[in-house]
Amino acid sequence: MSGLNLSKDKITELRILADDITSQISPLIKSHTTVTVERSVLRLMGLDGVDNDDVPLPNVLVNHLSGELKNGVALKTASAMLHYRLSINELAEKISNKEIDITGDLKTSTSEALDFLNEIVEQQLETILQVRSDRESMISSLGEGSMPWQYVIVATGNIHEDVIQARAAALKGADIIAVIRTTGQSLLDYIPYGITTEGFGGTYATQANFKLMRSALDEVSKECGRYIRLVNYASGLCMPEIVVMGAFERLDMMLNDSMYGILFRDINPVRTFIDQYFSRMINAVSGMIINTGEDNYLTTADAIEGAHTVLASDLINESFAKAAGLKPWQMGLGHAFEINPDIQDGFLMELSQALMLREIFPLSPLKYMPPTKFMSGDIFKGYIMNALFNLVGVWSNQGIQLLGMLTEAMHTPFLHDRYLALENSKYVMNNARHIGESFTVNPDGPVALRARNVIDETLEFLRTVKDEGLLESITDGKFADISRTVEGGKGLSGVIKKSDHYLNPFAKVMADNLKISEEASKWI
Amino acid sequence: MDIDNKSIKPYGDTLNDGSMQLSFTLPLPKGAHSTEVARRFVAQMGMNEVEVVLSNDIGEGFTFFVVYAKTSQTIDSTQVHVQEIVSKKWSREVCNEKIDEYFHRKVTVVGACIGEDAHTVGIDAIMNMKGYNGHYGLERYKGFKAINLGAQVTPEILLKKAVELNADAILVSQIVTQRDIHIQNLTEFVELADTSGIRKNTILIAGGPRIDNGLALELGYDAGFGRGSFADDVASYIIQELHRRLTGA
Repeated sequence: MSGLNLSKDKITELRILADDITSQISPLIKSHTTVTVERSVLRLMGLDGVDNDDVPLPNVLVNHLSGELKNGVALKTASAMLHYRLSINELAEKISNKEIDITGDLKTSTSEALDFLNEIVEQQLETILQVRSDRESMISSLGEGSMPWQYVIVATGNIHEDVIQARAAALKGADIIAVIRTTGQSLLDYIPYGITTEGFGGTYATQANFKLMRSALDEVSKECGRYIRLVNYASGLCMPEIVVMGAFERLDMMLNDSMYGILFRDINPVRTFIDQYFSRMINAVSGMIINTGEDNYLTTADAIEGAHTVLASDLINESFAKAAGLKPWQMGLGHAFEINPDIQDGFLMELSQALMLREIFPLSPLKYMPPTKFMSGDIFKGYIMNALFNLVGVWSNQGIQLLGMLTEAMHTPFLHDRYLALENSKYVMNNARHIGESFTVNPDGPVALRARNVIDETLEFLRTVKDEGLLESITDGKFADISRTVEGGKGLSGVIKKSDHYLNPFAKVMADNLKISEEASKWI
Repeated sequence: MDIDNKSIKPYGDTLNDGSMQLSFTLPLPKGAHSTEVARRFVAQMGMNEVEVVLSNDIGEGFTFFVVYAKTSQTIDSTQVHVQEIVSKKWSREVCNEKIDEYFHRKVTVVGACIGEDAHTVGIDAIMNMKGYNGHYGLERYKGFKAINLGAQVTPEILLKKAVELNADAILVSQIVTQRDIHIQNLTEFVELADTSGIRKNTILIAGGPRIDNGLALELGYDAGFGRGSFADDVASYIIQELHRRLTGA
């Protein structure tokens, strides 16, 4: 035990409150679908590619069926495939060329179409499960790094260049490679197509880029003798579609936060809540680990005052994740090392927060973000701050350690910045490997008191959120001091109320596969 | 110590020793050959006594070097002039008092991070209530009406909002600078503002970690604030510049 002396009853109450809060949203999620959920259903059915104007075929088909989204696009699409004897791609291409129109009645009977659809669904689910088992067998034959896993980013904008940097990082000890997305992709209501070589502050998330990077990492995994994980970002307006691409291309982790888009990208709350649920089901089935974005709370708010909002968000993320079938080992719940370095005992408060989260979420691979807000042009001081961050990481046994770059806030990492980050972490973590089991915190000292305090503040906060309602609390600016309304934000026009005949065949089989059919019936 | 401002050199351990530390990566594998390449490369930059103190293999045939060397260059510092912002820095309290005294109304400031740049961190640091590092943002100032439009705002929307609110100042933030995207965005906004006729009564300010006053002026802004600037710097400048324009001082 850590010695923090946290109250089990309070922790139980925190979880009950979080479940009460998230279940307020379930009727909304159950009664609506979105354009990106429908596009991801089509992608799951095997649709991919773009038309002559570079419009992604899933968008072509969803736009074509815009009047029928309330029923879901799956059954109509399956009917049309049977009726015209076309593959799903051929169908979308012909619709794009205006050669056919499937909005009217089709000859195919519903039961025929349903049978055909179920065949497709079964087969495609099989593909995803195969990808998952490929990952599992690679990990068992190659092995993997020990936690905290060393996570570094590449962000050149050119996927070929990213590959070189990712390989170099893996050879020098990285366990996880994240390809940062180009700025602005989260607000695109479609997914760009093909291999890309230009981006700003990152590289486009496309299925072709996923494939290229995964195959490079497979190769370097064999050279290193350990499985190197690949991460991308399922956030923004195409959340579930990105996860589908990841499920097919064996990505291992996805940034996937239940409220990040709402608060920090001004995406409509309803849209985000619906999208995150289906995204997370796909993540769950495909065996990916999600990463949540609590660090963002601390880039706007003060890390000492805002500590309880991080815990609150972790609990809400956990509750939503559980509802979508994710297991604790798949929940990379987030937090960050963002206390002002000038503050006395700031390190102790960071340690307190990290140990507290470790104790509250014992089975989850916590995702720990490095200092960013107080990184300055003083790269030498930044390097020490990263060392202290690494010390807390190994001490509190974090799962996923995002390595800090000494040039953070200046430019995307240079090749040697990443190398220096890995050297820093290897040194600290190796030197202090068993520090966690060597020291117990004084239960009456500042570290323990602080942790208990944060729990009390979180309890109070979540009680208010529950009483007021989650959507109302978001409108009220309770999270990150940012106010978002149910009618506001981007992407609301892509939210559609379901009819009684609505069908998303994947949601049903995935719920069965995850053995959450009963719980899921409240959500889908 | 006898410092000659007409002939300045880096100071390592003694005056005019010209000592510098460099670190960089070459796309060559580690070894005696790449170390010699690194040494000669630095020598080509006009450096003497080049000492490669570290060469490390950083994977994929790249080598990282740390090098110490002495430069043969000097610079005449008396010939270097910079365009510094000339305003005096006031505290929040003084800013509020001066606004009352000068204008008898609130000063309206509209800000945004424009283009596809999704980072609100810069504009938030200056405008949001909390500010940054103990310096409260403009929202906390009694004398300011501060409207922060956030990130990924188009130049058109920012300008429209500024016109609508009859803004005294517009803050344009840019964080991402890859491929000089910030220059393009900032230029686009200035061109738009120029054609709208608001320049006379509205102060245009650019901000961001890679922006300085010189660059901002070059792009056609009235001022630029870079790394290390806080809300009080921006507030003081706005008040003094507005006052100057009003009084023709």
